[in-house]
Amino acid sequence: MPYLMGGFPDLDGSRRIGEAYADGGADLVELGVPFSDPLADGPVIQAAGTAALRAGATTAGVLEVGRALAARVPVVAMVYVNVLLARGAERFADDLAAHAISGLIVPDLPLEESDAVRAACDAAGVALVPLVAPATPDERLARIGAKARGFVYTVSLLGTTGERVALAEAFAAVVARAKAHAPVPVALGFGIGTPDQARQAADAGADGVIVGSRLVRAVAEAASTDAAVATVHELVAGFAGALR
Amino acid sequence: MSASVEHRFGPYGGQYVPETLMPALAELEAAWLQARADAAFRAELDELLRDYVGRPSPLYRARRLGAAAGRTILLKREDLNHTGAHKINNALGQSLLAKRMGKRRIIAETGAGQHGVATATACALLDLECVVYMGTEDIRRQRPNVQRMELLGAAVRPVDAGARTLKEAVSEAIRDWVASVASTHYVIGSSVGPAPYPAIVRDLQRVIGDEARAQVLAAEGRLPDRVIACVGGGSNAIGTFVPFLDDADVELVGVEAGGAGLRSGRHGAPLTVAGPAGVLHGSLSAVLQDEMGQILEAHSISAGLDYPGSGPEHAWLRDLGRARYVAVSDDEALATFRRVTRLEGIIPALESAHALHLALQPSASTLDLVCLSGRGDKDLAEVLEQG
Repeated sequence: MPYLMGGFPDLDGSRRIGEAYADGGADLVELGVPFSDPLADGPVIQAAGTAALRAGATTAGVLEVGRALAARVPVVAMVYVNVLLARGAERFADDLAAHAISGLIVPDLPLEESDAVRAACDAAGVALVPLVAPATPDERLARIGAKARGFVYTVSLLGTTGERVALAEAFAAVVARAKAHAPVPVALGFGIGTPDQARQAADAGADGVIVGSRLVRAVAEAASTDAAVATVHELVAGFAGALR
Repeated sequence: MSASVEHRFGPYGGQYVPETLMPALAELEAAWLQARADAAFRAELDELLRDYVGRPSPLYRARRLGAAAGRTILLKREDLNHTGAHKINNALGQSLLAKRMGKRRIIAETGAGQHGVATATACALLDLECVVYMGTEDIRRQRPNVQRMELLGAAVRPVDAGARTLKEAVSEAIRDWVASVASTHYVIGSSVGPAPYPAIVRDLQRVIGDEARAQVLAAEGRLPDRVIACVGGGSNAIGTFVPFLDDADVELVGVEAGGAGLRSGRHGAPLTVAGPAGVLHGSLSAVLQDEMGQILEAHSISAGLDYPGSGPEHAWLRDLGRARYVAVSDDEALATFRRVTRLEGIIPALESAHALHLALQPSASTLDLVCLSGRGDKDLAEVLEQG
């Protein structure tokens, strides 16, 4: 389940990146909407968001990218809560549905604050995917799992997005705990940067593996959009292959 | 004192943070509830506030300012506290709480550097590790405070993203906390952030208003017509206002950074401008944002007011009509900085100069109580550069 920053390096470029993900065998694409203050993101995705905004990315523009990608592969939008609230929960959920985007992840919207957004998403037929972390105690995991739609996004380690050389020890444990409390599939993300780590995640029981910064870094380091497309296609194929 | 900590002030507040932080916020809230009901904790904090910080801070009748304004002006002298501002009240309280919770590492953000210095001071006193995040632009314009923090043993981490000021420093501190939450307490410096922070900071800063109210009654035999304080995140203001909330005849006025003027779009006055509410750094409150929901950069000559957000309790007090919020420009603050220095021999912080400016304007008020939130030594280079 690769992640891309909508609007990075520009709107059309990001659409092509998403298409390359689909070509490479992605089962689902996470589409990030850029935000000025992304608290859950490390330096690579932060920088991509800043660049996207500078290149003129708008919510509407990124939703259009989502619509184009949704013709190829399921799309889940990743949006910080203020961008959602600026539009209004109902309108935002309706917009997602209108663009054939089937899911929504809001990294700064915990369970306690989520009722209105979940109701709007349910009404629009969009799955509000919650996040759980290694620090989440079992009873909280159960409460979150009970209200999960689509899947549960399990954060693999303490911290922000970004590749880590060694995954946290709590890795397998957090997947196991999430699966024990969630009636929906469990995807693992944050810090997964190599096919080997992806394989470990699957072996630990994850139903889906999310790769973000590794791919965004490839786009940032590429000399051109064409080069970026080729590189991420190869990378995604590598991850998909490891998971087969 | 209620048996819980507010998560909301009307519709404002909340806990809009990554899931990783939710258990830590619950732990913090439980610890604060326990500590504030504990006489021993209160006694330890009170002793330090008295003997270490130098409380109570004086309420000073500024005769020359009063003569210039045509009314009585009383200054609540938070500039006389140890470390030179009101920030120590909160930094010390939260650091004591963190130690009580078994946290060995403290992180903080800072704009003007006063909260950073106060936190570094508390950590030196309590033998805790201290890391302070500061925007590189603020590092440049508040150099003496950076030096003080480092001398006190804190690590100052420069933040180079965005406008390189307070907003970015808060974001980076939150990211650090997401990664270090087990060992670390984040000492937020103002009445902002996810619950329970706005309530905790208010509880720790209300010593300003509690003292001031008793002092004004003793000195003047009456309550003020107006209580005035500058508002960045809003901690000195909420601490000064809260003890007067039930005094219906006392007007509460918060002064925000007008920057280059409200019409210029370059300011730090979200409460004054009163656009749609938004979420910044974990709480829903008045913010400066565009139509897409992107948070805008604030602009102010004063680093401590240079923040596009505001405390949720302030947004609520504004909506209730209990407090009102106005903006004072950079030029006005600079002029008042010099004027107060010459008239009273007190160099105010640029932040405080915003509040002082309002007190010197024509008004029907006959008695103003102004929170002089900090001293202006840190601002000398910046002020002298402005000419």
